[in-house]
Amino acid sequence: MPFEPVILFFLLGVLAGVVRSDLKIPAVLYESLSIFLLLAIGLKGGVELARQPLAELAGPALVVVGVGALLPLIAFPVLQRLGRLSRSDAASVAAHYGSVSVVTFAVGAAYLSNLRQAYEGYMVVFLVLLEFPALMIGVWLAKRGQGDANLGKVLHEVFAGKSILLLVGGLLIGWLAGAEGLKPLDKVFFDLFKGLLAIFLLEMGLVAASRFDDLKRAGAFLLGFAIAMPLFAGTLGALTASVLGFSVGGAALLATLYASASYIAAPAAMRIAVPEANPALSIGAALGITFPFNLVVGIPTYFWLARQLEGVV
Amino acid sequence: MSLTHTRRTLLCVICESSIEAAVVADARRLGAHGYTVSDARGWGNHGERDGGWPMSGNVRIEILSEASVADAIATHLQKTYFAAYAMVCYLSEVSVLRSDKF
Repeated sequence: MPFEPVILFFLLGVLAGVVRSDLKIPAVLYESLSIFLLLAIGLKGGVELARQPLAELAGPALVVVGVGALLPLIAFPVLQRLGRLSRSDAASVAAHYGSVSVVTFAVGAAYLSNLRQAYEGYMVVFLVLLEFPALMIGVWLAKRGQGDANLGKVLHEVFAGKSILLLVGGLLIGWLAGAEGLKPLDKVFFDLFKGLLAIFLLEMGLVAASRFDDLKRAGAFLLGFAIAMPLFAGTLGALTASVLGFSVGGAALLATLYASASYIAAPAAMRIAVPEANPALSIGAALGITFPFNLVVGIPTYFWLARQLEGVV
Repeated sequence: MSLTHTRRTLLCVICESSIEAAVVADARRLGAHGYTVSDARGWGNHGERDGGWPMSGNVRIEILSEASVADAIATHLQKTYFAAYAMVCYLSEVSVLRSDKF
């Protein structure tokens, strides 16, 4: 099997961070690349969505979001009771792990394309739908019984935030324009996608390496959680997808979505809504361990799992 | 033509960029007539804030105002943000031109 090259860019970034290289991706480039990636992923999903009767998607979407909402509810008591995290820290980490990572999804999709493995194009819709319920649940878990839930602020932070705005915007544009309509934009949004994803991952490698110091403070429990949780969530994703009758590629991608931990939308929302939670813990675990783990070990594992489950459930 | 200086207070707030919108909204509500924001990097209690990605970004917010307004804003910031966020706040006396602006 050919090794997915974009992951090597990520590892190069980690290496650069570890050896304290002067390599630095300018913040404006990070912003520009994330805008491009979010739009491109949205557009691609929109084109696929245009080929699909929307009504058929409603049932599976409900199941996918319902099962996804269990993840923070399962993670919270584990973090609070076994991990002895404070209520706000446990809620914040649970929200990060319940929400999803767009870049992990993009790498998962690239991995499948590399293997010429087809998957349902409307998975992007699930990516959008899975981003925010966990954040609401996280805030609710942190503020239960305190009256001051700040849910309005979180709703605004999430829905007006660039990731949902650009993903949903791209989806709509792609859906309205269709494959033919988007042809003139193909070269920018689709042909350049993987190269720009590679540069973005180089930056993410640098950022992930800069979180390694946080991990020393996080303690052994959280380190273990950051690997066990994605494996558990990935298995749940592969099983859910099999029950729903998704293809092997679709099952691997849903497993990747469930297994991924948000490190863009969740940190921003939690910082505003649950300020007393220590961001070093949640970001350290999500970005320092789970993200690299998913890229290198998780995605191939979820694909393998999806293949084992094919036709079994 | 001679310049006319007037004493005003410069309130400088250095904080995480994630709360920039909330801080400037508070400052305006408490009477600031304007503010200037610039990106900032640095190191302190919260480790290195290198601005490499959004969650490690800092901003420097400068507000020129009368002393009473600067005091009110600083008191509010201390009460609201000091406990949970990376924030440094200092006040200085400065001489300004066109004092009616501040």
